[in-house]
Amino acid sequence: MKYVDEYRDEASAKALLAAIARDARRPWTLMEICGGQTHTLLRSGVDRMLPDTITLVHGPGCPVCVTPLEQIDRALAIARRPGVVFTSFGDMLRVPGSTTDLLAIKSEGGDVRIVYSPLDAVKLAQKHPDRQVVFFAVGFETTAPPNAMAAWQARQLGLDNFSLLVSHVLVPPAMEAILGSPHNRVQGFLAAGHVCAVMGYWEYEPLAEKHRIPITVTGFEPIDLLHGILLTVRALESGRHGVENQYSRAVTRDGNLPAQELVRRVFEPCDRKWRGIGAIPGSGLRLREEFAAFDAERRFEVGDLTAEESPLCIAGEILQGLKKPHLCPAFGTQCTPERPLGAPMVSAEGACSAYFRYARAS
Amino acid sequence: MSVDPISDPAFGGACPLPLSDYPTVQMAHGGGGKLSQLLIEELMVPAFANEALSRLHDGALLEIAGGRLAFTTDSFVVRPLVFPGGDIGSLAVHGTVNDLAMCGARPLALSCGLILEEGLDMALLARLVGSMRDAAARAGVPIVTGDTKVVDRGKGDGVYVNTAGIGLVPEGILIDPRRARPGDLVLLSGAIAEHGIAILSVREGLEFESPIESDSADLSGMVAILLERLGAEVHVLRDPTRGGVASATNEIAKSAGVGMRLEETRIPLREPVRGACEILGLDPLYVANEGKLLAIVAREAGEEALATLRAHPLGAAAAIVGEVVAEGPGRVTMRSAIGGSRIVDLLSGEQLPRIC
Repeated sequence: MKYVDEYRDEASAKALLAAIARDARRPWTLMEICGGQTHTLLRSGVDRMLPDTITLVHGPGCPVCVTPLEQIDRALAIARRPGVVFTSFGDMLRVPGSTTDLLAIKSEGGDVRIVYSPLDAVKLAQKHPDRQVVFFAVGFETTAPPNAMAAWQARQLGLDNFSLLVSHVLVPPAMEAILGSPHNRVQGFLAAGHVCAVMGYWEYEPLAEKHRIPITVTGFEPIDLLHGILLTVRALESGRHGVENQYSRAVTRDGNLPAQELVRRVFEPCDRKWRGIGAIPGSGLRLREEFAAFDAERRFEVGDLTAEESPLCIAGEILQGLKKPHLCPAFGTQCTPERPLGAPMVSAEGACSAYFRYARAS
Repeated sequence: MSVDPISDPAFGGACPLPLSDYPTVQMAHGGGGKLSQLLIEELMVPAFANEALSRLHDGALLEIAGGRLAFTTDSFVVRPLVFPGGDIGSLAVHGTVNDLAMCGARPLALSCGLILEEGLDMALLARLVGSMRDAAARAGVPIVTGDTKVVDRGKGDGVYVNTAGIGLVPEGILIDPRRARPGDLVLLSGAIAEHGIAILSVREGLEFESPIESDSADLSGMVAILLERLGAEVHVLRDPTRGGVASATNEIAKSAGVGMRLEETRIPLREPVRGACEILGLDPLYVANEGKLLAIVAREAGEEALATLRAHPLGAAAAIVGEVVAEGPGRVTMRSAIGGSRIVDLLSGEQLPRIC
């Protein structure tokens, strides 16, 4: 398959691994931002092929993982209501709220459906004018444009039975929070290629400058990751900082301008709580006032709901790269993909789930 | 490197939570993963405890005067009723015939139980019954008994089908998941994940450049030839349906107390299916097949088994995809395309498509 096979090639992987081993003369700690990258690393075994000089810590880039508990509880409260069709991407369905998850609500009779695009939820709303259709709009800058499009279309169609439960988050403020922490260990970043395909990478330049670190825009295949690691290591070894683009087949400096414009028209930045991490200023998106009619939090009056995290779960430390999943006392015992305590064990992109599925006891 | 590989055995075969943790039945209890296994091992097996059941094979083997009888049953609740490459009727025949074949049995007869929903289109029912008749005729197995019930409108999904089947295991054939032993080779009869992706694409209205068809097929003919040629050199047969190749290999590794090592690059996967899996974030190893078999054969017989499968129209893309090893009993690992290694575990339920 074009654009896939050449990025999963054993000979290229060997050559890149040899180059990393040769060029990394000191130990370096890098963070891959995106959970999709974490899964590639563990699924292809890259993590165990790297030389000892390289430590990878896994970043907060899993939308399922960082959606705050009270937002999940709001989703559950809405999905329980009669007359509601609650729609979501598949991997949000198993994320535990305070007491239960969306799959359990479904088994109790709630109308919870997986959709593949928020625009499918808009179509459902058109088809069922007697029902309230809600879409769980989570994600980073990657899912913001389609979610914005859904609100835009709903307004154009004059739908009064469609709304979004928004929990959007943004990458650069999270990187700033990680770098600004007194416990920070990260010396270089592999930035999330998909996010940059939408947003470009100009936003990362001031970050790299301020903290004097290398940031490499990196793709999602094993060869992309190895290449991204190599570029970052070379920058670190030669004392360079700044942004490099490994993923040039998909990413430009400016990104997708029409998509950015649509997002700006529908959403505005806001402070947002990240599950396990806490509030990060300016790190979220919410619907602008002119789209308030499509805000499920207002429509269903669930904004006041609050929730407490399990005291056992160390998701926050894991999502900031301070601890490895298997060092959590609950890992694999009280916390498994069947009965997760925290979101990183649930999502296909969560670091704990990646460790549990691919690297356990290896 | 220092992404500390997890070596504490406490993290190994972590036991799924007890069944009592689930006050209600979840979809995942039928997904072919860990929760399905839990339901069977904690509720069914203790309730019905007997020697024939305890093997947990695709069918039970019963000693009768003059031979061994294989007996199996399967229920079909697929939506939509008609899908690219088949329908619920032909699927119900193939499924049960295949389960018998995976016991090494020659299918003798099938039953057909239908649960119909009030209001079902009669022409559609006739079409589905015709499809069962044709599939059974092609497999050379008569449908000799049956039952029909009708439930209130809204209480069913049009048609549910149950088929049971019996077959005779020829002399000298010994197929049993416990016979997988270190050194054996693992063969797959063709490209994986086609049924699951075909169903998903029609159910969810996903459109791909070339339509993906279910691989639903009767495997008994190919199995008969394989067993005729290789006899007792064939140790295990399994059709990797629900839960896919990952679940089937995990079950075998667990039954036999052996490890299994698969090679990612050797697993047959057609481009459109692979593309669909990439887009949806699904691992094809966990996606259902309805016309493929996994064969575990003695190493010496590997090449002949491969040639035999490839000579059959249903096995043209067959490949040796891995081997049975002594290390890591109960564990399946896979060598990735770039030469790394990872665990192939059971999922708790069905895979959920990811966000981005």
